[in-house]
Amino acid sequence: MYLYDSYDQAMVDARVEEFRDQAQRRLEGRITEEQFRPLRLMNGLYLQLHAYMLRVAIPYGTLNSRQMHMLADIADKYDRGYGHFTTRQNIQYNWIKLEETADLLADLASVEMHAIQTSGNCIRNISSDHFAGAAADELIDPRPYAELLRQWSSFHPEFSFLPRKFKIAVIASDTDRAAMKLHDIGIQIVKNDAGELGATFYVGGGMGRTPMIAPMIRDFVPLDQLVTYSEACLRVYNRYGRRDNKYKARIKILVHELGKEEYTRQVEEEFQHLLDQGVEPPLAELERLRPYFADPEFTDGPKNVDRSDPEFALWVARNTNRHKHDSYVSAVISLKPLAGIPGDASSEQMHLMADLAKEYSFDELRVMHTQNIVLPHVKIADLHALWTKLEAAGLGAPNVDTIEDIIACPGLDYCSLANARSIPLAQRLSQRFAEKGRTEELGELKLKISGCINACGHHHAGHIGILGVDKKGTENYQLLLGGSEAQDTSMGKITGRGFDEDGVIDAVEKVTDIYLDKREDGERFLDTYRRIGMDPFKEALYD
Amino acid sequence: MKILTGNDLKTGEVIWWDGTGWSRHVDDAVDVGERGDVILAREDAERRVNSGYSIEASKEDGPDGTRIRPAHIKDRVRALGPTVRPDLTLKPADPEAGNWVI
Amino acid sequence: MTDQSQNQGDIQDWGTSPDQVQFRFRDDGIADVPAVTVDSCCDQTNATAVRIEPGDDARELLPFLDRLQLVEVNFPAYTDGRGYSAARVLREAGYAGELRAVGDVLVDQIGFMRRCGFDAFAPDKPINEDDAKTAFARWPEVYQKTTDARIPIWDLRHE
Repeated sequence: MYLYDSYDQAMVDARVEEFRDQAQRRLEGRITEEQFRPLRLMNGLYLQLHAYMLRVAIPYGTLNSRQMHMLADIADKYDRGYGHFTTRQNIQYNWIKLEETADLLADLASVEMHAIQTSGNCIRNISSDHFAGAAADELIDPRPYAELLRQWSSFHPEFSFLPRKFKIAVIASDTDRAAMKLHDIGIQIVKNDAGELGATFYVGGGMGRTPMIAPMIRDFVPLDQLVTYSEACLRVYNRYGRRDNKYKARIKILVHELGKEEYTRQVEEEFQHLLDQGVEPPLAELERLRPYFADPEFTDGPKNVDRSDPEFALWVARNTNRHKHDSYVSAVISLKPLAGIPGDASSEQMHLMADLAKEYSFDELRVMHTQNIVLPHVKIADLHALWTKLEAAGLGAPNVDTIEDIIACPGLDYCSLANARSIPLAQRLSQRFAEKGRTEELGELKLKISGCINACGHHHAGHIGILGVDKKGTENYQLLLGGSEAQDTSMGKITGRGFDEDGVIDAVEKVTDIYLDKREDGERFLDTYRRIGMDPFKEALYD
Repeated sequence: MKILTGNDLKTGEVIWWDGTGWSRHVDDAVDVGERGDVILAREDAERRVNSGYSIEASKEDGPDGTRIRPAHIKDRVRALGPTVRPDLTLKPADPEAGNWVI
Repeated sequence: MTDQSQNQGDIQDWGTSPDQVQFRFRDDGIADVPAVTVDSCCDQTNATAVRIEPGDDARELLPFLDRLQLVEVNFPAYTDGRGYSAARVLREAGYAGELRAVGDVLVDQIGFMRRCGFDAFAPDKPINEDDAKTAFARWPEVYQKTTDARIPIWDLRHE
C-alpha cells in the first residue's frame, strides 16, 4: 500500500497545525460556531447527538496493522473503547472532545492518517474495491489511480467550497464492488481495443432524497488525462451546481437538469481548455505509485480447503472470495455478530485484526462499504488457523451477503439527522432469521437500513431496503424491494404504507416467505423480485 | 414547558439549562418560558454552551421524583445516550431506560 | 459596496475602494476606478474595472482582459465557492491585472484564494494581520497546479 514521503507527511502535519489553530480560535471565542463549522467539517468533526463525532479517513479503504493499532489506541485514549466502520470505508468515533481533537489528529498523522475532507462541501474519501489487488476478475489494481485522485483532491484550492459534498469511487472490474454508479463520479478503469488503459467516467449518481444512477459521460479517458478530466467535471459543477437549495445541490441534480448531453458538452469544453494548463501529474508519478501496490511475495501452497469441519466450511463458503493466486483467498471478517452493532469494533478487536493482518495477510486490511473488514491475501493453508482465532474473538460470523449481514447506518441512537433507530431493528431482524434457521435458505440477500432519507445505510440499493421515517413523532419504517449496488445497479421501490418496528420485522419475513415460495432455479431474492414484480409482495403485505 | 439544551463547547457533552448553569442531567432542566433566546444568546457568547436551542418538554412522575420528558424522541436519546449501548448511557443500571426514550 | 456616481455619465460603481483593500501582493499602483458589473462591462468600451458576482460567467470578460486593471470577485457568503473558479478562469486566460477578493472573506480561505490567482483582498471584516500571515504561509507544499508559481508535489518528486 501507499506510504507517505516527506511531502505527504508535511501536508498532513500542516493540516493538524491549521486545525489546532482554528479550534483554539473557536475555544477562545475569536470565531463563531457558524464560522468554525465548515472548518471543522473539513476535518471530519461533526457536532452530533451525544458529543462531537470524528470521521477518520481510510483512503480507498486500505490500511496496515500499524494504522489499525493506532485506531484502537485512539478509541481507548480519546473515545469510549470502540469505533464504527462506515459505508464509505472510513471509521467514526462518537465521543470526541473538541479540546482534544488536534492531539488526536497529531496521533493519526504519526501513522500517516488523518480526517481531512471526510465532511464538508468538498471532495471526500476516494473509495474503491475492497478486493483490489486480490480479486481474480479485476483488470488491474485501481488503487494507484485512487491515490492520484486523493492527492489531487486534497486541499484543492478551487474545490473546497462546492455546492455540496462530492464522492468519487474507482474500480477496475466489470463486477462493481464499490457501488460505483451511485457516486458523484464513478470511474471504471478499462482497456480499449488497442489494449490501452483508460477510464470510463460516470457522473451524477447518488442516493439520498433523489436517488439516481450515474450516466456514462465519457467511455474512454486516456489514463494520462484522468486528473484533467476530473478537474473539468468538478469545475462545471462548482460553477453551475445549484446553491439555492441544499437538497438540490448535488451534481446528480445538475446532470439531471442540464441533461447528460449538455453536461457532457460543458465538461468536454472545459476539458479541452484545461489540457493546456498542466494540471495532470507526470506519468512518472503513476510509475512511482505502482510499486506500492505491487503483489506481495505470494508462495505456492494447497489450493483446496479441508472442509471436513462444517462450521469452518460454512465460513469459507460465505466469507472468502476467490483470489487471483490459486493458493490464496480474500477473507472477510464480519462485524455483524448476532446481537452486535453492525460495523462496530472494540479496541481489542481492532488490535486483534491488526495482528491477524500482520500474521496472515501481508500486513494489509481493507474496509468494506458493507461495514466488514477484509484480509485481502490469506494463504489457504492458513485459513483454518485464522478462522479459529476470529471465532474466539467473536469475529467469525459466517454471514457475508446473507440476511444477517445487514448494513445499517448509526440511526437515531447516534445521529441527529435520523428519524428512527436503525441498529435495534438490524439486531432484531438478524436474530429473527437466525432463530428460525432461515439464513442459509435465503442465500444472498442484501438488506440495508437507513434511519433517514439521507440514505447513509444505502437502503435504495438493498435487495430489501428499510427507511426510517418520522410519523407524528414516532418511529416508522418504509420497506423497499429490488435495489442493487452492483453492476446491475437499480433503485429499490417502496412497497406501500410504512410499519412500526414490530411490523417491519414481520413484513421482511413475509417478503422472504414469498421469495421462498416463488423462486426458481437458484434465483436470488433479487432475481425472483425482478421476475415476478412487486405485486405478489404487496398483496402479502397489505391484504 | 420550554427547556434549553445544547452541547458543551469543549467536550461536546449534551447539557441542559438548570436555571443558573448547565447540567448533564435532563431532570435538572427548568422552564425558561419566553426567555430562552435571551439566555442562549448570553450563554453562547460566553461559550458556556454550543449550538443551544429550546425544546418543548413535560414534567412526569418518576421512581425518584419529578422527571423531565423532552417532547421529541431525538432529545430523549440525547438525554439518555444510545439505547443500544446501555453501558454508555447516563443510566447504565436501569433496564427501563431505553423504553423511556421511546 | 460603495456607490459613487462618477463624472463619466451613468457608470454605476459597484466596487470596493482602495482603502478597503487589506492585503495586496502587487507592485503597481492600486487602481482607483469604478468597478462596473459584468453586464455593463460588455456594453461599454471604457470600463477598466469590473465586479463579478457568483452567478456571473467570468468568461464573458475574456474579450476585454487587455484593458481591465481590476477585477473584483464578490463572495457574499464565504461558503459560496464560485469565485474560486472565476479567478482561475481569468488567470488561465492570461489576465494580468489586479484580482481582488471582496466580501465575506475570512482568514481560512485566503490561502486557497491566493492559489486561485487573487492578489488583493478586501474583506468586509478586517482580518487579524498575524492570522493572515500564518494563513498565507500555511502550506509548505501544494498538491495541485494552478496559475501561481508553486510547483505541485508530483512535479517536485520527478524533477
